[in-house]
Amino acid sequence: MSAKDVPGLVLDSVTLEHGDGEEMVTALDNVSLVVEPGEFVAIVGPSGSGKSSLLAVAGALVPPTSGKVQVGGVELTGMKPKELTRLRRDHIGFVFQSGNLVPALTALDQLRLPITFGKKVEPRDPATLLKEVGMDHRADRRPHQLSGGERQRVGIARALVTRPDLLLVDEPTAALDRQRSQEIVGLLAREAHEHGVATVMVTHDHDVLHHCDRVLSMVDGILSEYVPQTVSAR
Amino acid sequence: MFLALRELVFARGRFALMGSVVALIAILMVLLSGLSVGLVNDGVSGLKKLPVSAFSFQKGTSTDGAFSRSTVDVSVAETWRGRSGVEDAAPFGNTLVNAKTDSGVDIDLALFGVEPGSFVAPQATNGEKLSDRGTVLLGQTAEEAGVRIGDTVVVDQLETPLKVTGFLDGQHTFGHVDVGYLDLRTWQEIRAGVRQGEEVPAHVYDQVTAIALKGDGIDLAAGDEALETKSLTLEESFGASPGYSAETSTLDLIQVFLYAISALVVGAFFTVVTIQRKHEIAVLRAMGSSTGRLLRDSLAQSLILLVAASAVGVGLGVAMGAAISGAPMPFQLDFGSIGAATAGLIVLGVIGAGVAVLRITRVDPLTALGGSR
Repeated sequence: MSAKDVPGLVLDSVTLEHGDGEEMVTALDNVSLVVEPGEFVAIVGPSGSGKSSLLAVAGALVPPTSGKVQVGGVELTGMKPKELTRLRRDHIGFVFQSGNLVPALTALDQLRLPITFGKKVEPRDPATLLKEVGMDHRADRRPHQLSGGERQRVGIARALVTRPDLLLVDEPTAALDRQRSQEIVGLLAREAHEHGVATVMVTHDHDVLHHCDRVLSMVDGILSEYVPQTVSAR
Repeated sequence: MFLALRELVFARGRFALMGSVVALIAILMVLLSGLSVGLVNDGVSGLKKLPVSAFSFQKGTSTDGAFSRSTVDVSVAETWRGRSGVEDAAPFGNTLVNAKTDSGVDIDLALFGVEPGSFVAPQATNGEKLSDRGTVLLGQTAEEAGVRIGDTVVVDQLETPLKVTGFLDGQHTFGHVDVGYLDLRTWQEIRAGVRQGEEVPAHVYDQVTAIALKGDGIDLAAGDEALETKSLTLEESFGASPGYSAETSTLDLIQVFLYAISALVVGAFFTVVTIQRKHEIAVLRAMGSSTGRLLRDSLAQSLILLVAASAVGVGLGVAMGAAISGAPMPFQLDFGSIGAATAGLIVLGVIGAGVAVLRITRVDPLTALGGSR
């Protein structure tokens, strides 16, 4: 679907260290990753393995200690905070745990909000997009009137309305039951494929991995191929 | 504005509560302003209406008691008239008396003694001027108290009769009592305590309270040096009205406190709102909303709240003030000072809110990611 020929995300030997002296923690250890447009990548790993740090670096929220980051073909190294804010606005979509919607806004207005942040060339039509995620019947409801799964659908639509090159998804199923989890991740996969969005999802939930094109594992800041656990591995 | 407006609607209960506080403060501001203007007019409206630039008092007189204690020789007026910048100079007498009309109305008067035909002599609304002897022109408020043209006002103790021949246009009061203009010679007799029918010592006619001066750019300091007087500009002489400084400074202090309270209350409110929105702000910043936009939105929100609440408060205050104005109370609505007070309320409120919403800049967008370190 995508006309783009540049990867949505490139991480090139990215290392991220926190703290100083004795307390130094390596959150990301020489991580390299390329996500193509339309590709849906999942990253699994235990708490504190560095999954969220990867999202923070890829999402232009934290500069890496070393290594290079590219989003939609744009090199982040050396950018000023204002330029990073604009890059997030124009090229990156975030889906947070449990939606993180703005309490004051109706479902439809949640989608209109990112469009007001700046003059993006062609945002998607909020009403159509809301219908696409199956939420058009709840367009005038506010977050407290929606279920967890509904909030997550609106959150996904909100992240996609500005046509980002890269969609970063943080534990989308943390607050959902099995049935809803399957639906939400299925929706993410469909959107990634149909609209050519490079999507990176961080999750604990091994039951949803079959929706993904590629699964990686993160342990102690090191990214590697995911090896499904088998009965014999016990 | 997209989010600011929707938040106002969504959290309308909370904003309405805050708005009521601001509106109540605005009502208080209007009432205080009315009282302030009313008191000032009650104290010095008689002086304000004089075509006088400055008064020259006896040397060494303290400002607060100048009109009651100063005594100057009439001839000083002549000397002032010869000085550069002085267009005109005339003797001016001011003394407070208790009096009664022959129809039985008790009336306290500030008697202004002036020479008929001098530049300080007034003209009544019915065209009457000050006569040479024994008539008085009163401020309009005396008419409201029940005095009529043709009545005779009798000064207590001295039994000096003064025939009311006319009323002056508008409010003429001094030290909270009505002003009565009379000819200088009669005034001098009253001031000297001469009873009706008694022999008048000649020196009585040499003394007045002050010399009224008219003219732009009079060098008061040089004049005082040469003539051994103490001159005050008309504005400065307001401080010589009984109780004037104490009243105005008390009310000014209350108003300053109101401004400060309002700024702090609005600031505290927006601090709480901003802290509550902390996570939401982190999410918005992660999504790519600039800090400048978030700040502008919050400031616009506070401005809408303040303008709407002040408009309601001022409206109610003016309505209440209009009702009070009829009562025998020194209260006067002055739209200039109400406007200035409202502007002050809004500006200080926005400053308070501004300090509070600056917190937005300290929110780390990284906290939007759950469990991120």
